[in-house]
Amino acid sequence: MNSMFWEELFQQKIDNEIKIEPKDRMPEKYRQTLIRQISQHAHSEIVGMLPEGNWITRAPSLKRKAILLAKVQDEAGHGLYLYSAAETLGISRDEMYNQLHTGKAKYSSIFNYPTLTWADMGAIGWLVDGAAIMNQVPLCRTSYGPYARAMVRICKEESFHQRQGFEILLTLSKGTEAQKAMCQDAIDRWWWPSIMMFGPTDDASPNTEQSMRWKIKRFSNDELRQKFINMIAEQVKILGMTLPDPDLKWNEERKQYDFGKINWEEFWNVLAGNGPCNKQRLHARIKAWEDGAWVRDAALAYSEKKQTHKAA
Amino acid sequence: MKHLTDYILHLADNALIMGQRNAEWCGHGPILEQDIALTNISLDLIGQSRYLYQYAAELAGNNATEDSLAYLRTEREFKNCLLTEQPNGDWGQTILKQFLFSTYQLYLFEWLQQYQDERLKAIAAKALKEVTYHVRWSSEWVIRLGDGTEESKQRMLNAIDALWMYTGEMFIPSESEMALQIPLDRIYKQWDAKTKAVLNEATLLIPEKVFMQKGGKSGVHTEYLGYILTEMQYMQRTYPDSEW
Amino acid sequence: MKLYTNKFYYGDYGESKHGAADISSPQTNKQEWPLWEIFIRSRQGLDHKHVGSLHAVDAAMAIENARDVYTRRMEGISIWAVESKHIHASNPDDAANLYEPSNDKVYRHPTFYNLPDAIKHM
Repeated sequence: MNSMFWEELFQQKIDNEIKIEPKDRMPEKYRQTLIRQISQHAHSEIVGMLPEGNWITRAPSLKRKAILLAKVQDEAGHGLYLYSAAETLGISRDEMYNQLHTGKAKYSSIFNYPTLTWADMGAIGWLVDGAAIMNQVPLCRTSYGPYARAMVRICKEESFHQRQGFEILLTLSKGTEAQKAMCQDAIDRWWWPSIMMFGPTDDASPNTEQSMRWKIKRFSNDELRQKFINMIAEQVKILGMTLPDPDLKWNEERKQYDFGKINWEEFWNVLAGNGPCNKQRLHARIKAWEDGAWVRDAALAYSEKKQTHKAA
Repeated sequence: MKHLTDYILHLADNALIMGQRNAEWCGHGPILEQDIALTNISLDLIGQSRYLYQYAAELAGNNATEDSLAYLRTEREFKNCLLTEQPNGDWGQTILKQFLFSTYQLYLFEWLQQYQDERLKAIAAKALKEVTYHVRWSSEWVIRLGDGTEESKQRMLNAIDALWMYTGEMFIPSESEMALQIPLDRIYKQWDAKTKAVLNEATLLIPEKVFMQKGGKSGVHTEYLGYILTEMQYMQRTYPDSEW
Repeated sequence: MKLYTNKFYYGDYGESKHGAADISSPQTNKQEWPLWEIFIRSRQGLDHKHVGSLHAVDAAMAIENARDVYTRRMEGISIWAVESKHIHASNPDDAANLYEPSNDKVYRHPTFYNLPDAIKHM
């Protein structure tokens, strides 16, 4: 079979919504693009534990503490599902960690912003998880089987995350003056970074086309961003709060919300490592990994000892 | 009634402080699977503390709630054992602390199955299932680390050295434990046999003639508790009378 | 800013290099815990179903990890763990000669047979 021929067949399979499975023949570029996308998604879940983990010990009630703890733990689970999916493509989790720790692989930039108040837990759930869900739901139908299955599981679990976030803000919005101010402040700080989560505008993302053809990505950055803004611009009214964008208004002609200019300079800078918490986040991950080395080694040594013992 | 309330608060404080300490690990564990495992234990413990505080709040009256009991009492009012408030240290120290504490909870909750107070009995019955798993999980880790590498063994010896002096207090009856006739001597014997068996399998020696610290049950704590409460209670103290 | 424009973007993940992922040769790390495939029976009467994988040093730990990772929401009542290296899989390139021969044996399916409507319960 010449290579032109099988690559056409491969594309045909994808066009017909037939899933690609781990041992199937696939173009090397498809495999590499997937490894990068899935592993960076996994890294985002793991690094994403840190900003929220920051408030677990300070949560204002026992109920909120338990919810937040369960939520951050879910993120660990999601990272694990995604690492598992990437491992089916022939890369080990340790190798992926190594890429994260050395800066070769990135994670979602949103997690380089600090969580300053309790209201940030609400804003992250509502805005950040909301934006993530927008990205993730279409991925449940992505062309690579293990990735799609991991995403189905993740989306199912994520649905509580956004709701708990909104509920935190709703409670604050009905609370004391200090709570209302805290709520508005968190929305003000998280709004722009969360709409940046969809990535650069379509004309600045030239590889989108190939990914769309492979159905690794199913909607463009701008499409998803617009959908998200339309949704949030309505929901914020229920909170009685505002979004920090004077240009945000309904455009009757487009049947969409118009919005102001995104500060792409900030975006590129956070991406390049100059965000408020880039160093802190990476340091925390590296420290956990290095501090855990003796634990992992000991567990392995013990099990090997037991196996030799059994064999003898 | 005061004795029962005090005793339930003591059990609740134990569970909460252990849960709070374990929660500090969330996102920082040595491997993803175990990060998730320890968080599950933390969630179980916080859950236990909530059932206990809710019961204590009903007994205490005065509009007490689970949150007012957890967030608005001071370090001299907390009745948890000193063991629970000790720092996490490395993974080995956290594991050992969990094992020593869970084993105590296991035999205590087993005994509470025949206790006359129905509500407490029910809480203990639910918790017992969780605690049985905590003992299994933590004892396996104690064995693995004790009998793993030279480094892990040394770290476990350090952990024993740091924690053993806080184990005695669990079995010294407080006023309320005496009044309620909690058979701590019997629970101690079971605890002692289990810890000896596990540490023995882990090739770790149990120290002898350790001078035991005490005071937690009557609110005389180590310095660590103040910081735990400062952090945990910060929101409730800063924004009193608010809904969250 | 031009520097970034020919990179591949998914959302706001940055890339350190242009183009495809930078995958170093997949050297196996001897210190990495083995990989296990996890199968879960969601309730009595159903088959165990593959749910994903995880790392563990031995079978007992694999089952405990699976309990913590894959049954946090009451998804299961029984767990199987199989070390991934012990799974033998058919080769997808053989799919044609393995599975297609059964395509023309429609007489194995009950719907192949036309029976009068009068016959019930068959």
